[in-house]
Amino acid sequence: MEWRMWLQKIKDWVDGYTVMIDADMYIANRKRREKWDWRSIIDFIYEKDLHKLHNTLCVMCCVAFIGVMLLVVNDLPQYGNVNNPANNEVSVRYVEEGLEETGAVNLVTGMILDYRAFDTFAEANVLFLSVMGVLFLLKTDKKNDDKQQQMVRKKDAEMEAIEQKPIRQIGAKYLTPFILLYGIYIVINGHISPGGGFAGGVIMGGGMIFYATAFGKEKMEQIFTFRSFANISVGSLLTYFVCKSYSFFTGANHVGWEVPKGVAGNILSAGLILPLNICVGLVVACTMYGFYALYTKGDI
Amino acid sequence: MGNLGVNFYESASVILFGIGFMNLLLQKNLIKKFIGLNIMDTAVFLFLAAKGFVFGGSAPIIVDGITDASYYVNPVPAGLVLTGIVVAVSVTAFSLALVQRLYQHYGSLNMDVIMRKMKEEEH
Repeated sequence: MEWRMWLQKIKDWVDGYTVMIDADMYIANRKRREKWDWRSIIDFIYEKDLHKLHNTLCVMCCVAFIGVMLLVVNDLPQYGNVNNPANNEVSVRYVEEGLEETGAVNLVTGMILDYRAFDTFAEANVLFLSVMGVLFLLKTDKKNDDKQQQMVRKKDAEMEAIEQKPIRQIGAKYLTPFILLYGIYIVINGHISPGGGFAGGVIMGGGMIFYATAFGKEKMEQIFTFRSFANISVGSLLTYFVCKSYSFFTGANHVGWEVPKGVAGNILSAGLILPLNICVGLVVACTMYGFYALYTKGDI
Repeated sequence: MGNLGVNFYESASVILFGIGFMNLLLQKNLIKKFIGLNIMDTAVFLFLAAKGFVFGGSAPIIVDGITDASYYVNPVPAGLVLTGIVVAVSVTAFSLALVQRLYQHYGSLNMDVIMRKMKEEEH
């Protein structure tokens, strides 16, 4: 009778009657509690064959989740209505005063590179930080690689040297300049037409990736080394920071000093938006090519 | 059921979000898990883009100097979607690099196999 024993213990404790316990005996007889490891759940699932139950539970949870969300969507304001709460005074202000205050015909560019320029700066920093993380994880180094990986890489390099790819090489030779030109066009026209730094930067990065797939590592290293990658990305980020903080400290909230805006619709207009767009485009292009190079060769 | 048919973009994005979440939970392969995560990202972008639309509005690029708010769609969700795309790309790239390192170390992409090997290594 467990509870009788406990009752007796409590009575003894109330009466003040205790037995001295030998410390060594207590430690020896004490129940060892195993440290619970969350990874043992998988062994448990395999032991009891709970896969089907787990999958059914997942599907049921997700369907219930979709149902709740659809109920919420049912109560949302109607799609495309002008009087929706999303179309409030903020967007009206951006549309009506945006051209006058920023000088950019493309209102989205004016918004993200003038009203919210620091947000875009942080976005460029996020891209840069993520390429730095990938670099830490995947860069080939004697300390970062084991022997098997080095063998695999050596084999890959030999295969790439033997491989013949005439169609890709001719295509890359004639198409890459046009792809890069198109990317530069989109970056430079970011404030007067659809596009901007991010879209144009991705196109430029794609052109560089196309060239690298056709001509391989050695030829690409003559044009674009790790040093140029680091210089371009860090230089663009620093230029962005200096431009925007200068305009911020000298004329915060458009008081006092301002860059001349020029005629709306010209390429050289809209104050600081054009240089900022170019900086963002360069960072994005370097980042995209950096991802590709690190994933395939483990080196930029 | 009033607005489910009218808000069809929102409904579709919610269903897509659920599908991506299910993918994230059910798949054992890590790369397929991150494909599910990307489906969820795309669903959120679709939802934001649908919230900013106005019937009869054109893209927010000023034509002929007309600066009347009723002529254009809402520019704010476009900026939010841009931020979201950048973050999604960064997260996907970093997680795929982690997956590549895990594959180099454990020789498998299966979550269960990787976790078992991790446990064996500790003991």
